[in-house]
Parts: sequence; C-alpha cells; structure tokens
Amino acid sequence: MQKSKIGRLAATTLALALVVASCGSDTKEPAGTTADSTASSTADTTGAAAGVKCDGVTIGFLGALSGDAGALGDNAANGAQIAIDEFNAANPDCKVSIDKQDSQGDPAQATPLATTLANNASIIALIGPVFSGESKATMPTFETAGLPVISPSATNAQLTTNGWKMFHRVLANDDKQGPGIVQLIKGTIKSAKVGVIDDASDYGKGLAVSVRAGLAELDIADATIDPKAADYSAAVTAMKDAGVDTVFYSGYYAEAAKLLAQLRDAGVTATFVSGDGALDEKFVTGAGAAADGAYITATASPPDVNVDFAKKYNAAYGDEPGLYSPEAYDATQIILAGIAAGKVTRADMAAFIEAYDAPGITKQLKFDVTGEPEGSAVFYTIVEAGKLVSKGLVP
Amino acid sequence: MSQDTTSAPPPTAAAKLVFGSRFAAAARRRRTIETRWKALPRPLRALFVLVLVGFIYLLPSLHLPIIPTSSDFTALLAIIIVPYVLVALGLNVVVGMAGLLDLGYVGFYAVGAYSLAILTSQHATVPWLISIPLSVGISMLAGLLLGAPTLRLRGDYLAIVTLGFGEIIRLLAKSSDWMGAQSGIGNIKSPPNLGPIKFSGTIQERNTAFYYLAVTFVIVVFFFLRRLESSRVGRSWTAIREDEDAAEHMGVPTFKFKLWAFAIGAGIGGLAGTLYASNVRFINPDNFQLKLSILFLAAVVFGGPGNMVGVVFGAVAVSYLPERLRFLNTTRYFWFGVVLMVMMVFRPQGLLPRKLQQRIKPRDSVMPAFIDVSEGDPDREGGPHGTATA
Amino acid sequence: MATLSFGGFLTFAGFLSRFWPSTITGLVLGAVYALVALGYTLVYGVLRLINFANSEVFMLSAFGSFLAIEVLNVPQRLTGGGDPVKTGWELIGILALCLVVSVVIGGLSAVVVERVAYRPLRQRNAPRLVFLISAIGASFAISEAVGEWGPQQRDEYALTKFFKKQQLFKVFGADVYNANVIVVVGAAVMALALVLFVSKSRVGRGIRAVAQDAETAKLMGVNVDRIILITFLVGGLMAGGAAFLYEIHTPFARYDVGFSIGIKAFTAAVLGGIGNVRGALLGGVLLGLIESWGSSLFGSDQNIGNVAAFVTLVLVLMVRPSGLLGESLGRSKA
Repeated sequence: MQKSKIGRLAATTLALALVVASCGSDTKEPAGTTADSTASSTADTTGAAAGVKCDGVTIGFLGALSGDAGALGDNAANGAQIAIDEFNAANPDCKVSIDKQDSQGDPAQATPLATTLANNASIIALIGPVFSGESKATMPTFETAGLPVISPSATNAQLTTNGWKMFHRVLANDDKQGPGIVQLIKGTIKSAKVGVIDDASDYGKGLAVSVRAGLAELDIADATIDPKAADYSAAVTAMKDAGVDTVFYSGYYAEAAKLLAQLRDAGVTATFVSGDGALDEKFVTGAGAAADGAYITATASPPDVNVDFAKKYNAAYGDEPGLYSPEAYDATQIILAGIAAGKVTRADMAAFIEAYDAPGITKQLKFDVTGEPEGSAVFYTIVEAGKLVSKGLVP
Repeated sequence: MSQDTTSAPPPTAAAKLVFGSRFAAAARRRRTIETRWKALPRPLRALFVLVLVGFIYLLPSLHLPIIPTSSDFTALLAIIIVPYVLVALGLNVVVGMAGLLDLGYVGFYAVGAYSLAILTSQHATVPWLISIPLSVGISMLAGLLLGAPTLRLRGDYLAIVTLGFGEIIRLLAKSSDWMGAQSGIGNIKSPPNLGPIKFSGTIQERNTAFYYLAVTFVIVVFFFLRRLESSRVGRSWTAIREDEDAAEHMGVPTFKFKLWAFAIGAGIGGLAGTLYASNVRFINPDNFQLKLSILFLAAVVFGGPGNMVGVVFGAVAVSYLPERLRFLNTTRYFWFGVVLMVMMVFRPQGLLPRKLQQRIKPRDSVMPAFIDVSEGDPDREGGPHGTATA
Repeated sequence: MATLSFGGFLTFAGFLSRFWPSTITGLVLGAVYALVALGYTLVYGVLRLINFANSEVFMLSAFGSFLAIEVLNVPQRLTGGGDPVKTGWELIGILALCLVVSVVIGGLSAVVVERVAYRPLRQRNAPRLVFLISAIGASFAISEAVGEWGPQQRDEYALTKFFKKQQLFKVFGADVYNANVIVVVGAAVMALALVLFVSKSRVGRGIRAVAQDAETAKLMGVNVDRIILITFLVGGLMAGGAAFLYEIHTPFARYDVGFSIGIKAFTAAVLGGIGNVRGALLGGVLLGLIESWGSSLFGSDQNIGNVAAFVTLVLVLMVRPSGLLGESLGRSKA
C-alpha cells in the first residue's frame, strides 16, 4: 500500500517535472512574443535612415490576444505590426521589434505582465493597454516606470482624470461618444421615445450614463442586462412595455446581437442603436436579418477609413482590417517617428509624444495635457443588407 | 473534550481519532518523511526551517532557471502566488480542518479587498496600517454573519449557501455605486515604506517589498494555525470533521467551533484580499468571480486538505501552472482542467495527505466519504451517507 | 435615472403590466432549470456528489443540436430555401429529430464523464471533495476544448432563423409565443416521464434502492455500478432535452453557456431539496420565477434577479435546512 502510494507520488512528480522541464528551454523568450525574428537586435549601428542608434529598441504591446475579446486585441496588434514591418523595411539599419503580451483583457493577469514590460529596459513605449479595465490596473505601474503608452482603444472617460502623465489615446472617450449618440438619435433618427439598456460593464455603464444624461426626458425606459445570461426577457419586456421607438444598447457585440434578436422576436420594431462595442462583423452574423437598419457609432474610425491601409492589411493578414487596427497603426507611427528622430529613451519618447502634431490615417494626431486626442469626432455606421456601411461623421 | 477519559474504549470514529489514533498511526508512519523529520534533533530542525525561510525570502533575487514565466516573476509571486497561498491556508481552516465545504470563499477575499478600498480610497483616508486590521475584522464579521444562521446546514447545503454568498457580494459590488459599481475603485493605498523595503519605489522595489510583506503574512498565519491545530480548537475541528454527531455527543460545542473556523478562515481570506488590493491599487467586481472560489478550492484539494504544507504546495501549483502554461496560449485552461482531473485520479488525497488520517477503508462501499477516507460504519444512522450529511 | 441600481421601483400600474410577461419568462426559464436540476439531483441521490460537469453536458447538447439543425438545413428550409418544409408534421418531425440528437449527446457525454472523471475515483474510494475537483477539472477541460476547437471557437453560435416565434394567445395582456408553449410542455412531458421511470420501472426501483442504501442494495443483488451509470445517463438525457428546449427559447450557444445555467440549476435542486426528484422540479420552476420577477419588477436589472435568486435560497435554507421538500430520492414516493 505504502509502496504503491510512493510510486504514484513519484509518477505524478515526474509528470509535473516533465511539464516544467519541457518548457524550460524557451524561457529566454517571453511566451507571448510573436516578434518578428528578423527584427531582433542586429549589431549594425551605422547608417540607419536618420543616423539613429536603434539596435534592440522595442515597442511593447499589452492587450487581449486570446479569450473572449481576443479578436479586438488581435486587430490592434496587427495594425501595430504593419507599421513596424513598414518601418523596418524602410530602415534596414534600424530595426525595431515588438514585444506582445496577452492579458486576455483581465486586469489581474495584466498587472504582472505590465511589470515584465516595464522592467524590460529596451522597451521605450507601449501600444495599449487595449481595454479600459486593464488600463486602470496597469497605469500606476507604467507611470512609475516612466513608460509612455498610447492606447488605440481604451475609451473610458475616467482614464484621463488621474493625473497620469504617461497615458495617451488616439480616439475620443466615451463621454465624447455619448453626445454624438444623442445627436444621432435626436437629429438623424428623430426619435422621441428612447429606451437605454446597458450591460453593467465599465464601458457599457459609462457610456449609458452619458447617453441617458444627454437624452434627458427623451429617455423613457432603462434596463440593465447580465451579459453572462443568455436570456434578456426582462429588458425586452421593459422596452415593449414603454413602447419605445429607439433602443440604445451600451455594451459589446455578442450581447448586442442576442438582445436585438430577442427584441425582434418579441415584436419590438424600434430602431436599434449601439456604441463602438458592437462595431463588429459578428454583430451582423449573430443577429442575422434583424441587424438590418441598426445604427452603430464609434469614436474609432471605420476600419476601412484608409484604402491604402486596408490594402496593406489585406496583403499581410488576408483579411479586412478590424476595429482599432487603424488606431493602432497611427499610435505606432507616432512612436516610430520618435525613434527615427533619435528619441530612444523613455523620457525623450514621452516628451516627443507630448509635442507630436501630424496627420495620421484616422485624424490629426495631437494630444492635450491629459493625453486625450484633440477633437471629438464620432463616426456612424448602418447595417444594410447584412453589411456594415460607414456613413462618416454624425452630422 | 478532555484528555482524562481514556479508560473506556472510545465508541465512535471521532473519539477514536482524538484519543487513540496516535498509537495506531505511529507504526504506519515509521518510514514516512514526517517521522524522519520528527526524529531529527530540534536544533537541526530549527536550522532547516530558518534556511527554508531564508530561501523563500531570497527567491525573487535568485533567478533560478526553469521557473521564470512570461509575467515578471517577482510580480507574479507578489500579486498572484503568495496571496493564493494565504487564501489556501485560510480556506484550509474551513475545508481541511473543520470539514465544511465552502464554495464561496472568494466572497471573504472580496470583503477584505473592498473594505481596504473603501477605507483608504473610496470614502475615507484611513492610514494603511489601521485599515488592515479593520478590514480583517470586517471580513471576520462577515464570516460570523454568514455562519451564524447557516452553519446548522450540513455538507452540500452549506456549500451552495456559501456559493450564493460569494455571488451576492460580487453582484452587490457590481450594482452599488457606493462600492464603485463596475468601474471599481482605484488609488487604493499602499503600505508605508519600511527602511530599505520601499512600497513607493521603483516597480522592482515595490514588487519585492510586497513579496516580503506577503511572505511575512503567510509565515505568521502558518505558525498561528500550526499552534491552533494542535490546541483544543484544532482537535475539536478534527472531531467535527470526522463525525459531527459523535463530536456533539462527546460534548464538543460544534456550532461554536464551526463558527470559529468560519471566522478565522474569513479573516485570513480578507487579509489576502487586502494584500491584493493594496498591491494592484485597483479592484472591480470582475476580480472576484465564482471561478476564483473554485480555483481556491482546487488549490486546497490539490495539496491535500488538512495538511498545511500540502496546501501551500497546492496553492503554488494552482496559481503557478496557468502562468507556466502560458506557452500553450489559449489552450492552457484546457490543459489545466486535464491536469486537475489526472491529479485527482492518481493522487486523490492530494500532494501531501493529512497526517492524522484514518486508514480504515470502506472497501465494499460505493459511497465516498465527504473529505476523508472514512470508516463505512454500517450501524450509523442514515446508512452509508452518514458521514456527509444527516 | 443615473442611479438605476436599487432605485427605480415602479408604479403599481407598471408593476402589473410587467408581472404577467415576467411570469411567462420565469416559467420558461424554470422549466429549463428544472430539467437540468434533475441531472444534479439524481446523481446526488445515488452518489451524494455534486456532478459539477452536468453544466457542460448541457453545453455539449446545445452544440450538438445546433450541428444537427445545420446538417438538416432547418433554417433554410423554414424560410423556403433548399428543400422547404411543407407540412406542420414535417416540422414537428424535424424538431423531434433534433431533440433526439440533443438528448442522445447529453446522455452519452454524461456517461463519458462518469467513466473518465468519476469511476476511477470510485474504485479508489477517493474522498468526496476529490470528486468535486475532478468534476471541476472535467468541466474546465470540456468547455475550454469547445471554446478552442469547437465550431465557433469562443464566439456565439447563433441560429436566429431556426425557429420563427409566433404569438399564440394572450394571458392577462401578456403575449404567449409558440416557443414558450413548446418549452413548458416539452419540459413537463420529460419530467413526467422521468418521475414515472423512477417510481414505476424496475431500473427506477434500483436507483431508489441505491439512493437509500447502496450497501444493502448491493447485497440484495442490485448491480450498483450499472445503476450509477444509468443514473448519469438519465441525468444527461434530461440536460440534453433542456438544452434543445432552451435553444428554441433563445437560439444562441457559447462554450461557456453551461456555467451560469448549471449554477442556477444546482441552486434549484438544493432549493427543492437535493436528491429529491419532485424537489428539483419545484425548485427549478420557483427559481426561474423568482429570477424573472426580480429582474423585471424592481427597475429592470438582471443582476437584481440573480441576487434575488441566491437570497431566496439562503432564506429558504435557514427555515428549512434540507430544502423545500427535504432530501430523499430513496424514501420519497417519486
């Protein structure tokens, strides 16, 4: 009895040891790294385009590359990769690499990863964090490290109210999207009876509060759903009961599709409006025919904002650019411009970003003191015959 | 339960365990690590413990091969692994020592974290050093409040009620603006600097400082529980775990001791929560999902419920493996599930089984006992299910 | 309504106008919970184990029936494309076929779970807690495997056109749809079949015997291993049926759909008295109603519904420590 137990323990220990040992070999490289291997530190230091020493200069990336929201992080990471590949092709003597870390969008996982990135002295700037929650959790770390970050996608309004010097973003925040949505509902859709549903998430609740305030007495019904549930009957009943002619949903695409399908099933014919969380092909495929005629707003530009960029993206990934790809491309361009100008320390890079003012593919790129982009453009898109069709800025 | 009633043969499993098993166990344990350890001279043992403690404190600066993960190792230790150990020690009091199945332990972790966040950032600016005991006290109070009405429940009923409690705490935090709702609470205070241990220094200094703090908490809690385990309280818990009815008949005030187990467990869970909150400085309800309760429980069972050293290893394994498995990218939780299953099949009593264990196995019984391999006593009221529920 | 959480009590008229629609939703949810709860309660009855992986059995069945629907090309045929459905009977036939696929997948996966995650442990007389962790491991592995390698990976599997909801009649001004009727009636039929099976059949008597006293049952010649396997099978069948009915109600499935349903169903089983078949049915329906009322009647916040469900559970257990109907698969009449 004793013997077999010891044997079993030994077997288990051995198995565990094998798991550990089998991955011991690749520990030098962080597992999340998919960095271009050619872009690793070449010893060549002379003759870079701008005569800059940039061997080993690395840009960090932090965001969800897997998990429920992995697609959004991938969109951004791909956009950044395209910018870097272009730069490296144009500057064979100054190759920049990217260190991508996968947080799965989870603040708890993001925090130790942020430390890894911050401790890596070769990283002089960071693209990300992709989501607002993880930004809140990791910014104190980046702030302490003096590592400038440019988020292509975190839109929570509070992020720029903490006095963080290192935080920047290239798209307008939820508070600016809110008025755009209100304007769309009042001006373009011309609705007088609006229902507002949120998903109680950081993003969804924040945007819903802003829209509810803007609509004031036009907002006649409110509801909150639990995104983990599959049935939203309570919210549907509330909308039906109030007889709304427009429903604004503040949340992400998967729930938006389910909610819309259930609204239509219950005979609610109100116009469906949603924010940038729903701007995804999967919203259309999920909701099916019910999606037709739905409005989706975004402070991010439509992914096809720049034909040239779309072509490059397609060539590299065999797919259309996704939400936040152009923003990540723009954010990376700012940092690459800094490297080309010889800003290869974190402090220099931070100062360079502060002062940056040049056109990007989405908008004029310039930050105010809090790190917000100048301007507050809100774009909108309508689903027509199963396709997302961009309509430009909200009039 | 007093020591002097040794004359009559103890009538029940519980009594047998408290009074008689030491003799029976001694022969069996002759060759185990445990007995070898006990046989060492006391100074040698003390030296060994000191070296071990020293090694643990130095762990982040040793840069061992094999172990690094793509997350910074010191940060991983300070933010995830050591708090997990603390949580597992606390849950072990409830599950391993007293035998009460708790599926909502994350609730106490959340109460601790939220108390600290509310005291130091959201609604007040109480100094960190005062907030910690307050938060732990609030967590213990939560344990008492939950335990008082529900500890009459047995086995799985208690499990589901605790599960409900964990969810209620999270949903309340999510819906209540007072607790920051889904946006959570930021700017939570850090501990004050202590000489060279800087909580406000660079990231590396900060994480190292937190690591030292967390390890210190773990060591203090560990030795506190060790003392408790061998005291009257610990023996009463064992009796309750093995057979609650018998313990009650033998004069153990079971309700009182169960309540104590709950409160102490809750306090330790709350302490771990404050540690997490003051390190990350930002919490929101998503940090306290039900899944975490399950992982905490897995840590305890993985290590061997009731054996504190085992539980420490279990917690390290459960928190470290998913990080170590990062190279598997998105499939790592799949493999984690597989490892859990395989472990349970090959080592059902955990990495290190509890030392005071009854070895009389119910060979013919199809009924597994609640936690331990227990005696399938055919005379016991309620048939073969008697050990678990009334 | 900036602080809509906890605020927003409705007027009396508003309360009334939402009461009946939310009652209908509650019954539909409750029917699904009740069927899944049966899987928990049966296994608990005979083994005294929380079969944590039952939720993944539900999820697998949901995916299985979706695949069947796609293979049979139901959505296209309903909208007139492909080879259109001509008669009502044909439609019922197709739906019944999908139901059978779902139920079979449920039963099979439950049996596989028993074989892989439970039987080795039973043979080793492992402590009960170990079964729970093993089941949790199985649950993780199954749902992550579907999330990783399943037909939609981590996205929603949506078949919105598969079932066209039509309003049938009104109850106190609330619309009742064909889907609602199918779910409630379908669940009632399955539950009735199960109650009869457990109380009348020979195997059912075996299940009750093992639940009451496995040792004695074994001595009396009952093949305990076989009975345990059948119990898992029957629980899986119920979860499979529940999954298909749920799909008719909301045609979406995701790799993690089992988790929230499973927790609710388990709560329902405990609420009614775990181990007790009628208790699971009662608990399921009650929990569905409470959750739906909680979500609808006080403002409109689904999180309040979830809180209401758990608070009710805690309150009920404080008054009746072994659930509404008490626990006893063996001794109850059903």
